[in-house]
Amino acid sequence: MNDADQGRPRQPRRREVLAGVAAGGVALLLPPVARAAENVGAANAAIYPTKAFAQKSEAAALQALFGKTPVPSAKVTMDAPDIAENGAVVPVAVDSSLPDVTMVALLAEDNPFTLACAYKIPPGTSPAISSRLKLAKTTKVVAVTESGGKLYSTDKQIKVTLGGCG
Amino acid sequence: MAHQILVRAQTAGGSTTVEALVKHPMDSGFVKDAAGKLIPPHYIEVIEFTHNGKVVLTGFWGPAVSQNPFIKFAFKGGKSGDAIGVSWVDNKGETANTTAKIM
Repeated sequence: MNDADQGRPRQPRRREVLAGVAAGGVALLLPPVARAAENVGAANAAIYPTKAFAQKSEAAALQALFGKTPVPSAKVTMDAPDIAENGAVVPVAVDSSLPDVTMVALLAEDNPFTLACAYKIPPGTSPAISSRLKLAKTTKVVAVTESGGKLYSTDKQIKVTLGGCG
Repeated sequence: MAHQILVRAQTAGGSTTVEALVKHPMDSGFVKDAAGKLIPPHYIEVIEFTHNGKVVLTGFWGPAVSQNPFIKFAFKGGKSGDAIGVSWVDNKGETANTTAKIM
């Protein structure tokens, strides 16, 4: 009992320090240079496929991004609502049972610009990605994956009751 | 912080699931403000996730990604305490980054 009582005053301090570390407080205090050395990584704007994102049709966007056309495949799956009440936030999840997926892209046919997003998948990362899209109106959403140099796609019609692009 | 990134990474059964919520307006350039003027496009173009310094996902986003984007993905490996880095750059050249530890 006595030992425990004596030990008590020191403990909160230790906990506070630990909590600070867990909350990333230490990382925030470090100058940017020190954080860069920690290999945070830096997103590079130069690799952005600007041309593909400026296309207004599915075929043109895929041609600009991959330079080829996809074949429909049941091995690409998309989880999205049938009816999206709010087009500004439509959860769309993609998955694929194909091996060695290197790229995943989502396209909304009737959006002002067709290509919504694309992901580069390095080896070891799962092709299952969920994110949220804006849909201007009721549209066909196409999920495309690149596996072994070939493109595979699946699509789904999503009914939008309130458009999300203004 | 103006550009906040919330990251949660959990490892189970040999793979690590990363969830990130990025604070960003993601203006598409098609929406008008209260005065009827178009809000110029302002959206994240490239977002990159690293695990102990190695890139595990590169995302290219267009204006059709929702405001305050959320993303969830998984990669093989990763253990408790490993560093997950997130960084992005938008069409105006603004950048942000953060690191989190795998729980």
